[in-house]
Amino acid sequence: MAKYIGKRLVYMLLSLWMIVTATFFFMRIAPGNPFASEKKLPPEIEANLNAHFGLDKPWYEQYWEYLVRIVNWDFGPSFKYKSQTVNDLINEGFPVSFLLGMEAIFIAVAVGVLLGIIAALKHNRWPDYTAMIVAVLGISVPSFIMASFLQYFLAIKMGIFPVARWESFMHSVLPAVALASAPMAFIARLTRSSMLEVLANDYIKTAKSKGLSRGVITVKHTIRNALLPVVTYMGPLTAGILTGSFVIERIFGIPGLGAHFVTSINNRDYTVIMGVTVFYSILLLVSILLVDIAYGIIDPRIKLAGGKKGE
Amino acid sequence: MQISKDKFKLVGTQLSEAEKISKPSLSFWKDVFTRFRKNKLALFGLVLLTLLIFMAIFGPYMTPYDYASNDLSNKNQPPSSEHWFGTDDLGRDVFARTWEGARISIFIGVAAAVIDLIIGVLWGGIAGYKGGRTDEGMMRLADILYGVPYLLLVILLMVVLGQGLSTMIIAMSITGWINMSRIVRGQVLSLKNQEYVLAAKTLGANTSRIMGKHLIPNSMGPILVTMTLTIPSAIFTEAFLSFIGLGLTPPIASWGTMANDGLPAMRYYPWRLFFPATFICLTIFAFNVVGDGLRDALDPRMRK
Repeated sequence: MAKYIGKRLVYMLLSLWMIVTATFFFMRIAPGNPFASEKKLPPEIEANLNAHFGLDKPWYEQYWEYLVRIVNWDFGPSFKYKSQTVNDLINEGFPVSFLLGMEAIFIAVAVGVLLGIIAALKHNRWPDYTAMIVAVLGISVPSFIMASFLQYFLAIKMGIFPVARWESFMHSVLPAVALASAPMAFIARLTRSSMLEVLANDYIKTAKSKGLSRGVITVKHTIRNALLPVVTYMGPLTAGILTGSFVIERIFGIPGLGAHFVTSINNRDYTVIMGVTVFYSILLLVSILLVDIAYGIIDPRIKLAGGKKGE
Repeated sequence: MQISKDKFKLVGTQLSEAEKISKPSLSFWKDVFTRFRKNKLALFGLVLLTLLIFMAIFGPYMTPYDYASNDLSNKNQPPSSEHWFGTDDLGRDVFARTWEGARISIFIGVAAAVIDLIIGVLWGGIAGYKGGRTDEGMMRLADILYGVPYLLLVILLMVVLGQGLSTMIIAMSITGWINMSRIVRGQVLSLKNQEYVLAAKTLGANTSRIMGKHLIPNSMGPILVTMTLTIPSAIFTEAFLSFIGLGLTPPIASWGTMANDGLPAMRYYPWRLFFPATFICLTIFAFNVVGDGLRDALDPRMRK
């Protein structure tokens, strides 16, 4: 186990290092310098600005300082908004995004698993077909379209939910549902297929012949085993929720980190783009690692030391 | 009790009859097609896809309006017999723009899938066939790249490379090929020790012949499925990027840019969002369903 975690940590750090390095060099080759959009600056002031942000040093020194700053959890200043740093943005926007993301993850897992279980128990009957068509549709509708449709029909036309902003629980329902729809559909399909696989096992037959009730078999023998693959999906799920938040927060006017990120993309605020990208990458890679470790603990059949490709 | 032997009679069982094949033999792909045809949802997807491609080719010619020309006296018109899908804020015909968008979206999807295919097959094929150190090194590199969050990297690349059709395809392909390479590698690993490969080697076939004639054709099934499922994800990525303002530049009409333009006007001119959004969903849906159907048809054991 320790060996496996160590190996995964090394990979994670390598991936992170790649992202950090890529962001650093991208920032240098990106079109225009950070102050290009402002009025033509006198050379002295530009030199001072460059010195202030450390841009006058040779690239390897800047690169090293950048690495050191990242390790110290300092993502640098914003070039556009002088008084704000990327850390400020993260501290301000991330809690909101986190809350929304958690709500969406909860909906996706709860509804997805439920749909999958129903579909598997009623295999090849109408509840199965309905659930699976809902699932395929859910996968095919991008979250931002789901969000616009929900907003148009449920908020603007019918007035059941508030249209936008982030004020109460009711404000969070539509964005969370929109964010959850695609992962929910995926989880439903995953749960269904793994339920069907488990149901074909001999120990289910044994449980039946022992005379256990259908409910006990379903809860104790089937679902518990069938949910294992769903756990592996938690990593990609986090990634999906996170990138989905960029558009959902924009559509619903939610002041989260995703919305800030999109604004900084449109402003070409390079330091913020880079800083937030690095922050998101760390977040994602750590959560994927945690999920994998958790999976190894939950399912003792998985041999971790052999690496993930099952060689 | 004794049963006399003459109560039994030999009914004409001839060994040659028992071995006779009564149905015409099916080739692998015919078999796949038969199974695919039984899947109604997949068949529906295929019909839908054919329709969408047909409209992408001929749709722009069905209306006298051009996708890029403005007509400010006719802006924000609702759908009518004149403008079938209405017009947008510059008076451009939404019907013409929708099918122009279909061309762009499907082109991006197919281009991304083809590039993934080429790089993925080469990378995965070489890694799987060579094995040993080469495999180790090549797949480790792929593993590290795979750890980099896909959409974030694409966003970064789009910021750096600038917006446009070709940069978008490049940005998608930089990490997109990894999935394909893993699948090809897995296939090649499991196929390369088969007897027919040994036979080919014994007959003096070189590596490229074994790869091109034996290993890759026999991995065609999973490769095809991966390709079919890459296309919708590329279409999704295009729409997503356009939607956050990193997409194609005007006057090009893509579904993502149209949806992005239509969003602020949703309350009053919903058709500007409704049409592109619906067709994004339909296209992704059709490709997904066909891909799933293909996967089930190719490998009945995988049926889920």
